[in-house]
Amino acid sequence: MTSRPLLIANATLVDPVAGSEARGSLLIKDGLIADLGPNLNTAPDGAETLDARGKVLAPGLVDARAFLGEPGSEHRESIASGSQAAAAGGVTTVVCTPETNPAIDDPAIVDYLIRRARDTAVVNVHTAAAITKGLRGEEMTEIGLLKQAGAVCFTDGAKTISNARVFLRALTYARDYGALIVHHTEDPNLAGNGVMNSGEYASRLGLGGRPIEAETIVLERDARLVRMTGSRYHAAIITNRDSLEIARRAKDQGLPFSCGTSINHLSFNETDIGDYRTYFKLAPPLRSEEERLALAEALADGLIDIVVSDHNPQDVEQKRQPFAEAGDGALGIETMLSAGLRLVHAGHLGLPKLFRAMSTRPAELLGLPGGRLEKGQPADLVLFDPDEPWVLDKKTLRSKSKNTPFDEARLQGRVFRTFVAGKTVYEYA
Amino acid sequence: MTATAPTSQFAHRHLLGIEGLSPFEMTALLDMADEAVELNRQVEKRRTTLTGRTQINLFFENSTRTQSSFEIAGKRLGADVMNMAVGSSSIKKGETLLDTAATLNAMHPDLIVVRHHAAGAVHLLARKVDCSVVNAGDGAHEHPTQALLDGLTIRRNKGRIQGLIVAICGDVLHSRVARSNIILLQALGARVRVIGPSTLLPRGIDRFGVEVFRDMREGLKDADIVMMLRLQLERMNGSFVPSVREYFHFYGLDAEKLSWAKPDALVMHPGPMNRGVEIDSAVADGAQSLIREQVEMGVAVRMAVLEALARNLPNR
Repeated sequence: MTSRPLLIANATLVDPVAGSEARGSLLIKDGLIADLGPNLNTAPDGAETLDARGKVLAPGLVDARAFLGEPGSEHRESIASGSQAAAAGGVTTVVCTPETNPAIDDPAIVDYLIRRARDTAVVNVHTAAAITKGLRGEEMTEIGLLKQAGAVCFTDGAKTISNARVFLRALTYARDYGALIVHHTEDPNLAGNGVMNSGEYASRLGLGGRPIEAETIVLERDARLVRMTGSRYHAAIITNRDSLEIARRAKDQGLPFSCGTSINHLSFNETDIGDYRTYFKLAPPLRSEEERLALAEALADGLIDIVVSDHNPQDVEQKRQPFAEAGDGALGIETMLSAGLRLVHAGHLGLPKLFRAMSTRPAELLGLPGGRLEKGQPADLVLFDPDEPWVLDKKTLRSKSKNTPFDEARLQGRVFRTFVAGKTVYEYA
Repeated sequence: MTATAPTSQFAHRHLLGIEGLSPFEMTALLDMADEAVELNRQVEKRRTTLTGRTQINLFFENSTRTQSSFEIAGKRLGADVMNMAVGSSSIKKGETLLDTAATLNAMHPDLIVVRHHAAGAVHLLARKVDCSVVNAGDGAHEHPTQALLDGLTIRRNKGRIQGLIVAICGDVLHSRVARSNIILLQALGARVRVIGPSTLLPRGIDRFGVEVFRDMREGLKDADIVMMLRLQLERMNGSFVPSVREYFHFYGLDAEKLSWAKPDALVMHPGPMNRGVEIDSAVADGAQSLIREQVEMGVAVRMAVLEALARNLPNR
């Protein structure tokens, strides 16, 4: 069932690898990028042509961290609904996190998810596997067999492995298989009962705080263990200047160390919590505006490797609670491109750098195809208008849950069409 | 076991480790052991070399095969052998190692064979007694008679040790067998490799003069000898390796993995084996296995060691 070739003409091609943005066309054939460039004007015989009218064509987003509900929390999200949301957000590859029930800590579950994704997802869905059995932070999982089964990275989700010896062993063991260890760096004891960033706002709201040091102490520890082992390590979500300094030092030492942040931490600060708005309750917590600006700057200069959605659908009952008792997490996958474009419009960085962090780099770190506008790459693409203004109505979101911090937000930039392997998986009507 | 070998071939009071022995001394012990093998295959196995001598086997860690091997070795040489059952002794009641040593010393033994769970404990004890001490395994440090019996087994089957490629596989981190074998086999000219997951390889192993592999296929290529190590139960379930099935999948020696070594490669294991964990039964009991022969060589090597030490004992 080969479909007709498709020429997307008259587009602005964003090439994050070359760092360029230029008018041109792109030809999709047999699910791959067959050709592209400024001089590709005529469609081959039998090809369809789509006039992009100057809209931007870029590699589809690769989201390295999203909770997709399966198995066990299908009422919050499913691979089907989550992948629909991803497609609507221009995301063509998603890595789901293992905080499921049961946790993704067994090769059979990885195998199950790969089959579920094949049967129900409209975008590429890959799975991370747990670092420790049952996410308990005690005994490492079958990293070798899980990787053979298809797990693309290893993480205990929003849980930190506080026992340094356990973490050292897992890092050491993972190195033999070239496995990427992705870690949430927040010391659970220091974070304690805190529910937002520690500081003046938390004190005024009468809420317990989670200090930045809960993050930096674990991150510093990890950087030293990475130096000791030489294992591939990725800090999942860093949120502040002190953490950036640790990341800078680790990278200067030439360690296989990378880091990410979430689109939420690039979009909001702790004052957005305002009147105890639980959709802004995240782990790690939102920090101050100074920290957010520092993150945007670090994203622009490449110190932060990737941006994740940290998509975490929560049902109404989890969020309709007093702030301290509400669940953590926010939706993110459907809005991550529009939110990222806010940073572009604010002058923090250009489109190539945004796509480097949202597409090229995550694909590289995870060892997945895509993330590049190059001949022979899968035609996983997003066509969008970076300037189109719109207001988000959470009722229109495809996710099964509605806990978006962007409800009623004015956004600039909208996805018009998303392609996975050359097939249209989302089209804005 | 003729008395013609001059005592100067082994001028040590104790055998605490392979470390410190010269290749010449190692070879001399293997030569003596070769003679003991012949003796042990005769109906009349008794000799009088150690007549009148007292040998105490002091095992702080349970061991069936090593202790009985030393016991038989001593008895065949004519010694009075006593096994100190540590489980029912005053050591369980809190006596320190040095008090135990002083107590035993007062009984005027000639040889003490010691196994202890702490590295260096045998050396400590050796400094406090007047007799000869044989290390039967101290922590993760050394197990010299095991290395000697392995060397003897290899030499008798391959005709040499020089130039052979010996792959030591598995839990090197906790293995005294691996440490003693690395020293002995390298001293006698073998090329030694270690293979295992990084969590079971000691830090700095690359500076022991061995080649280090994490992958069995690469590590076993061209190997003449495949020496498997035991993986303790408590280390199998997530602390050092994730599970038995993952360990067996990547490191368990089955027929397929053995086929990556030389066609005439021989398989060894210090015992006791965990069948289905580090070694498949088909390989353990197969034509390439030397595992049972190792046990026979154990008695011979221990006789050689006891006799060599006894020659240096004062005849007071």
